Amino acid sequence: MKFSRIIANSGEWLSGDGPNRQIVVSSRVRLARNLSKKPFPGWAKKAERLEVVKQVKDAVEHLPEMAESYSENLETLSSLEKQVLVERHLISREHAAKGVGSAVVMNAPQSLSVMINEEDHLRMQAICCGLQLDKVYEMINRVDSELEDVLDFAFDARLGYLTACPSNVGTGMRASAMLHLPGLVMSDQINKIINSVNKIGLAVRGLHGEGTEAMGNLFQVSNQTTLGEAEEEIIGRLNRVIEQIIEHEQNARALLAQRKPITLHDQVGRAYGLLSQAYSMSSKEALNLLSIIKLGIDLCVFPDAHRFPIDELFIETQPAHLQKGAQTQKMSSEERDALRATIIRAKLLQVPQPDIDRLKIPTPATNEKK
Amino acid sequence: MQCDVCQSKEATVFLTQIVEGKMQKVNLCEACSKEKGVNDPTGFALADLLLGIGASQEIEKSPAAVKCGVCGFTQADFKKTGRLGCSHCYEVFAEGIEPMLKNMHKGTTHTGKAPVAYRAARVHGEKIKSLQANLSKAIESEEFELAANLRDQIKQVEAELPK
Repeated sequence: MKFSRIIANSGEWLSGDGPNRQIVVSSRVRLARNLSKKPFPGWAKKAERLEVVKQVKDAVEHLPEMAESYSENLETLSSLEKQVLVERHLISREHAAKGVGSAVVMNAPQSLSVMINEEDHLRMQAICCGLQLDKVYEMINRVDSELEDVLDFAFDARLGYLTACPSNVGTGMRASAMLHLPGLVMSDQINKIINSVNKIGLAVRGLHGEGTEAMGNLFQVSNQTTLGEAEEEIIGRLNRVIEQIIEHEQNARALLAQRKPITLHDQVGRAYGLLSQAYSMSSKEALNLLSIIKLGIDLCVFPDAHRFPIDELFIETQPAHLQKGAQTQKMSSEERDALRATIIRAKLLQVPQPDIDRLKIPTPATNEKK
Repeated sequence: MQCDVCQSKEATVFLTQIVEGKMQKVNLCEACSKEKGVNDPTGFALADLLLGIGASQEIEKSPAAVKCGVCGFTQADFKKTGRLGCSHCYEVFAEGIEPMLKNMHKGTTHTGKAPVAYRAARVHGEKIKSLQANLSKAIESEEFELAANLRDQIKQVEAELPK
């Protein structure tokens, strides 16, 4: 499958449906695995890396899950193409910096992707819409078990799966959910939430993981530790915390609508006004305003039919996606900001003006749905 | 602990300096530390100056010289990158890694998924253990017929050991 074909459609996690998807944008689980007694990618010589890529890529391509897939060595991808994959969360920023001796394989719906020779020999991930960490783990666990039949994974009876960095040893698993939390941000509660989540050994990060800024009111919550707990325990703990954050977010939204309706209407109106009229817009501004429109859809101020087109804009207005669509020489950031504004205006034309009278306060979270 | 300089009094001042990523340690008694000007944090000399070049080299040599037999990775490489060289390094540098893992994680033993081969070996090991326990019981109670039977079973199970 060609790059242009795989990238023509947005990933399944964006267009699909899933539980709690108004607040939980996506659920993701990644597993780190290494071949036994082979130097880790960061320490291996070029010839050794090439050998590992060949062996692992062949094994991954033959998985039944990868029957329809896109598979490529990183040196054949342009830096723009790699950046597109980063913006879709299919490869990491670290992986995008790699060239000869690294590769990526992903399935057509972009729900599974395997990075070969990132920090570890294999970094495989499954991603899907809404809060379904159990399902996502099941997906990637199956892939892992299938690969285990043909690859000799480094495993120690006491330490579990061995990884390049000791912080991933054990399960080698990082489970995370991308949360959209405008209510908690607008009501100034987000720092309190982040602090308490950090205290119980979970990490909260920005849009693109470690060391990135939180934009568009998007936050990634993930497990910090990988040794001493089974996969199911880690996911169970994460699930319980995320459910609580969802509840807090819903309550914050309800409170905003009840006590500060003017503020809320004002924010939604301004976001709509700027997005539909601006002729130049930075990526950060776009994400932050689109986040408010997304909130407006959740609160029924905009028709639900516009959910997917707006969600798509979150990805389409990222720098590499813009450049890719432009088909021209490398744009300056001013040109990109102009193109971004144009694309957003065109889409916003389809969205009717906010109808404040239709505002529906979300029902405060019901306790523990079974 | 004795003072490294006079070798007689109890050391009460412990110095650790990291120079170019290498750790140097010196233990001094009160009197020697004053004499060497250690009280002044900007003025104190390195271990080299206190004890001669040989002494500090010896201290840093032992851990840094260990090399992974599979990939040639050293402790110094680990300090520099924070990553290990290969899966075998976990055995070679176990001493240094263990306390790190304790700080980093919830526990020090993996309790999650294991490859099928390990799970089979785990089950297999338990099977043999329980048979052996029965065997010693049988011998103790002088049930020799049962013991002989159990011994044959153990032999058989051992022969089936999965690779």
